[in-house]
Amino acid sequence: MAMLKIEGVHTFYGNIEALKGIDMEVNEGEIVTLIGANGAGKTTLLMTCCGAPQVSKGRILFEGTDISRMPTHDICRLGIQQSPEGRRIFPRMSVFENLQMGACTQDPKHFDSDLEMVFDLFPRLKERITQRAGTMSGGEQQMLAIGRALMGRPRLLLLDEPSLGLAPLVVKQIFETIKKINKENKVTVFLVEQNAFHALKLAHRGYVMVNGNITMSGGGAELLANPEVRAAYLEGGH
Amino acid sequence: MSSLLTSSRLTPGEIVKELAFFAVLAVMMSVMILGVETVDRPTGLELALRWDLVLIAICATVVGRLALIVRREHLSRLLQAILIVISALMVFEMFVRFRDLDDRWVSPVTFDMATQSVGRAIFFICLIAVVFAIAYFSASKGRPTGEEDDTKKISAKLQVVYRTNTKKIGMFGIAFFIIFPLIFGENRSAIDLATLVMIYIMLGWGLNIVVGLAGLLDLGYVAFYAVGAYSYALLSQHFGLSFWLCLPMAGLFSASFGIMLGFPVLRLRGDYLAIVTLGFGEIVRVILINWYNLTGGPDGIASIERPSFFGLADFSRRVPEGVTRFSDLFGIEYSSMHRLIFLYYLILILALVTNFVTMRLRKLPIGRAWEALREDEIACRSLGINPTNTKLSAFAIGAMFGGFAGAFFATRQGFISPESFTFLESAVILAIVVMGGMGSQIGVVLAAIVMIGFPEMFRELAEYRMLIFGAGMVAIMLWRPRGLLSFRDPTILLGMSKKEKVAGEKP
Repeated sequence: MAMLKIEGVHTFYGNIEALKGIDMEVNEGEIVTLIGANGAGKTTLLMTCCGAPQVSKGRILFEGTDISRMPTHDICRLGIQQSPEGRRIFPRMSVFENLQMGACTQDPKHFDSDLEMVFDLFPRLKERITQRAGTMSGGEQQMLAIGRALMGRPRLLLLDEPSLGLAPLVVKQIFETIKKINKENKVTVFLVEQNAFHALKLAHRGYVMVNGNITMSGGGAELLANPEVRAAYLEGGH
Repeated sequence: MSSLLTSSRLTPGEIVKELAFFAVLAVMMSVMILGVETVDRPTGLELALRWDLVLIAICATVVGRLALIVRREHLSRLLQAILIVISALMVFEMFVRFRDLDDRWVSPVTFDMATQSVGRAIFFICLIAVVFAIAYFSASKGRPTGEEDDTKKISAKLQVVYRTNTKKIGMFGIAFFIIFPLIFGENRSAIDLATLVMIYIMLGWGLNIVVGLAGLLDLGYVAFYAVGAYSYALLSQHFGLSFWLCLPMAGLFSASFGIMLGFPVLRLRGDYLAIVTLGFGEIVRVILINWYNLTGGPDGIASIERPSFFGLADFSRRVPEGVTRFSDLFGIEYSSMHRLIFLYYLILILALVTNFVTMRLRKLPIGRAWEALREDEIACRSLGINPTNTKLSAFAIGAMFGGFAGAFFATRQGFISPESFTFLESAVILAIVVMGGMGSQIGVVLAAIVMIGFPEMFRELAEYRMLIFGAGMVAIMLWRPRGLLSFRDPTILLGMSKKEKVAGEKP
């Protein structure tokens, strides 16, 4: 059974239909990526999974539970954590406090081991532990956003454009860490990306979104080799 | 003059242009305030024109500006000082004339004053000396590169000192407030003023939970203060309940009003939230005015019962049968100061409880959630924080402390009316929180002393104190735009000493 199952989801912003009937699946243990151009509806789909905005038609199942009518903060307690678009760390709080906030739904007894796990993944965060999060570089903030999501002990991690605005070297580092999180921590990852090359290379499976519809899907390598995908998202790239 | 100007980077034309601009600015600002005055004549109210004042204002502005230009261009410091003194003299002349309506168009008042009485002359010389000193010291810093660095270094040093010693400073402050009545024990007005300041400190700390921690701009905080005051007054009058029983009940009522306000504004943020809370404050006040049967309307509620000494003894001179007098309980002589000092300690304890609870809450998940909510609501929600409960709890707890303060206010005054709960009060409390630096506990204390204590202390200066107050506000806006103490320290230090942490942190 699929871990996350999206069935015929329509989402509206006022009168504008942002998602026009999406069907998608994320299986346990996978990294699934969703690529597409600006304004295709990628972020909307990810946010819809989190309940903000809510689904207008269709439904979303997480491990068999219908979450399409649940409020955001309850969905997250089921084991879905996200690193939202634009990172949205708490800029005036320290790195440590940010990580504490990530663990606020969890039993405190896991806190120390989880903290160690995050610091193993991102040693930079340990160096910056008392620093105000807003004063860190973009890459460090992204690490913090992912680390904070991991503190909530997710089974499904939703990542929205973790490569946005970062230097190529940092992007590479982040993607390697995502792979590690998936492999070693057994966290299923649903990755929304514009950086199609990196995302498809990393992912087990991928979906391509155009104007609120899924137009293509397949294995990561398979999509990477697809001439249409290459023409639309990769030419002139790497 | 020409030799001065050759060394400057400005041409005379540019200087004239700049001065002309400020002259026009001075005209625009002074003409309505200084130039026109309403005079009560037998024929009715008439407008009198006072061009002398406008003229002086313009001259003072131009000369003052010239002094600034001299400073900016690093010209003669003596010239600068002279110009500033001239400007100061003119400002002084303006104030004197503004107040004295009769001696107009005579010789400059300042000269008359100097010749008339020695005392005034001395005062005047002192004034000049002070202006000279200020001009000199501010000019001595005016080196092209050093100035910014120096002031920054000093403020950074002060910041480190403050942050590494916050606890000591706080303890020192508490100790000072505890021994305050021992120093000023016989001075009735000092104790009264300290009690008033303490009420505002408590209100500031209460509002700090809502505004400083949870980031919800509340312009109607006085409503909770009013609810607390009226609930004590009414419960005590109609049911004869004692202060000690009513205090928690007043807090409870206020907290429920906080939740009542919280529900409709859950979805609002920023300006919209501010407007609705403002409206809520006004609604409560208008209800208090119009519900005559219950609240006494504009007449208010009089002769509210004073608090007893924890139900053991009473502070009055004559007590009814069967009630112990406070002075008898301790076998000391009766003094009317006992009640005032007791009230002072009562509000001190209430305020300290507010502070203590706030500090504890900040370390608990709920306090952390408030702060996170202030930073980013969407991120909070995606981390599993329920924003509804978090916001409501902030409103409720903030309101509760407002209610405690209100009950205390009622029992201290013995009389309350809606007039004490106008929007101005909310604005003052909010100003205390903002001026202190959002979320800073010691900042609130400083700001309350500045906002409440100073205007009361300088009451003899009559209308000028508001002028000084305005100047002070402008100064704070210029030099400490984020409030007097605007740092936020992480709540948990993780094995590091605070000193190391502050030193290691990037700005």
